[in-house]
Amino acid sequence: MRLVLEKRPERNRWMQVASPLLAVTLTVLFGCILFAVRGIDPLHAIYVYFIGPLTTLWSIEELIVKATPLVLIGAGLAICFRADLWNIGAEGQLIAGALAGGSIPILAPHWDSSLAIPAMLLLGMLGGMAWAAVPALLRNRFGANEILTSLMLVYVAQYLLDWLVRGPWRDPQGFNFPKSISFNDWHLLATFGDGRVHLGAVFALVVAAVLAVFMARTLKGFEIRARGEAPRASTFGGFSVPGTTWLCFGISGALAGLAGICEVAGPVGQLQPTISPGYGFTAIIVAFLGRLNPLGALFGGLVLAVCYLGGEAAQVELSISEKTAQVFQGVLLFLILACDTLVRCRVRLERGTQGSSSGQGAAPPLGIEDAGSRAASEGAAR
Amino acid sequence: MNGLEAVLLTIITASTPLLLAAVGELVTERSGVLNLGVEGMMIMGAVTGFAAAHTTGSAAVGVAAAIATGVAMALLFAFLTQTLAANQMATGLALTLFGIGLSGLIGQSFTGLPGVKLGAVYLPWLSDLPLVGPVLFAQDVLVYASVAITAAVAWMFKRTRSGLVIRAVGSNHHSAHALGYDVAGVRYRCIAFGGACAGLAGAYLSLVYTPQWIENMAAGRGWIALALVVFATWSPNRVAVGAYLFGTVWIMGLYAQAIGVAIAPQFLASLPYLVTIAALLAISGNRTLTKVNTPACIGQTFVPDR
Repeated sequence: MRLVLEKRPERNRWMQVASPLLAVTLTVLFGCILFAVRGIDPLHAIYVYFIGPLTTLWSIEELIVKATPLVLIGAGLAICFRADLWNIGAEGQLIAGALAGGSIPILAPHWDSSLAIPAMLLLGMLGGMAWAAVPALLRNRFGANEILTSLMLVYVAQYLLDWLVRGPWRDPQGFNFPKSISFNDWHLLATFGDGRVHLGAVFALVVAAVLAVFMARTLKGFEIRARGEAPRASTFGGFSVPGTTWLCFGISGALAGLAGICEVAGPVGQLQPTISPGYGFTAIIVAFLGRLNPLGALFGGLVLAVCYLGGEAAQVELSISEKTAQVFQGVLLFLILACDTLVRCRVRLERGTQGSSSGQGAAPPLGIEDAGSRAASEGAAR
Repeated sequence: MNGLEAVLLTIITASTPLLLAAVGELVTERSGVLNLGVEGMMIMGAVTGFAAAHTTGSAAVGVAAAIATGVAMALLFAFLTQTLAANQMATGLALTLFGIGLSGLIGQSFTGLPGVKLGAVYLPWLSDLPLVGPVLFAQDVLVYASVAITAAVAWMFKRTRSGLVIRAVGSNHHSAHALGYDVAGVRYRCIAFGGACAGLAGAYLSLVYTPQWIENMAAGRGWIALALVVFATWSPNRVAVGAYLFGTVWIMGLYAQAIGVAIAPQFLASLPYLVTIAALLAISGNRTLTKVNTPACIGQTFVPDR
């Protein structure tokens, strides 16, 4: 008995939409099992976790607040991953954006002007972009692996933030708590009504839509897709590799920075040692759940925001750890990747050990040999 | 114990987890697979190692549990990347995110509990030598294991047929497949070995380095181990040198703080990460060394056509 993958001649369109939904469904099923094992009524737990956050106006607002940074970062990362560039340091870029943008309300608290917010947003984007430019530069100039450099910079950004809020930027009247001053009203993003949903949510919508058009309809977007799907062809086509790297890291860094400044000038309202519950990393899952499509990041961001909120609700109502949310996130990414195989391949179980059925269909099977027949041929080769 | 001894001892304890994780990842990468889940496997090894040792009172059981967990995590990665042909980068990231989350969940009930420290091995006569004795011959099993594993891996790649097969699979999976080697099978085994080593590294953290469970205690060591493999250009001997170099940097920050260097502790703490970037730059600039040694098929999904 073995698992045989047969490459589809074309990506299955239906599965392309269905696979993320299937992954989410399977994650919920996994949740049921996990809750049942821990002796919690699975149906009630699933309700609290995944449905509860959608039932009250307050929690829907909270959902949008949480989804905002996820969508912003996820849409940018989707572009990077499309180009086969692995920017996994979005968390660091988020912090850099928060620091750069937050410098205005902290260093010039009395600057009450209509220009203040645009300046903060701009600085935030520049900060994130600058932080992302480092791995891009190191990759272009020295060929250093961008995965490792971008990740290392997350730790550096976290320590930099920690130093600032404990040192030079600490609130002098803050009873020695490691916090900056609370931002003045004129340095906070406008909110909708009295709620917590802020201007960032609009940015997230606009960014997702603009990036989707950019990827689908512009030459630069084509360049990015070509880079990931056919790197050699894109080089022969005259697209510059360093150029694409700069572009992708610039966009994703700027968006992570924007998410960062929107967080501190929105729900957080000041700088403190922790300003994000790992949005930069969760956004990686958002990008994949959205099938690396900026519009898909909207869906992905909402699903993972439910995951965060559900985790908090479950902690209160079921007294299970909010860490469960992180486990679900990890499982969800595994399942997305596994379900993606269904888009590319037909999967079936085959009996017997000799794989002679590969003649069926035009597409060559992509596959997994069983140990027995392989060991035999390996022995023969020796 | 004098000052020099103390410094050398702490360097060894800081370097061993890096060495263990890096040498395992080296074998995985030599077979052409990039497993970005080292951090996740390590942290899971740390939490299960601690939990098993705390529950049974035996550090040996803890070590065994950590290895088993590391292998289990690695096999999950192998199933997705080898059997389901999923993207290796994304799957590795998933493994790390999953490992950090699950370890936090498991470890919650073990936070603040006293741990079991893996004892040092006493070697008669050798352990009593001045300076050399306490530093080199009164270590715990895992320190010796890290050196032995590195030596064994170096020997395997240099002298044995299996080493050659692994390199062949990593350098050109199509040719290796055409020669009749079981590409997926070889990779499964190499990934599992990498998991076992990462699990051991985790056990070292929670049973020797700080014998207790602290959330996220791997603190990026898994990622640094990944960087180490690149830095060492896939050579086991250079991985050992690199691990001790990085361990020294890790410790230097602590000593600088202890002797009262007027630099904010946050900057000293971010030193290992900055040094990692610098090391990557230094080695990536050397095109001959990297080009010759990089496994040609690293990170690529293998699609055999029969």
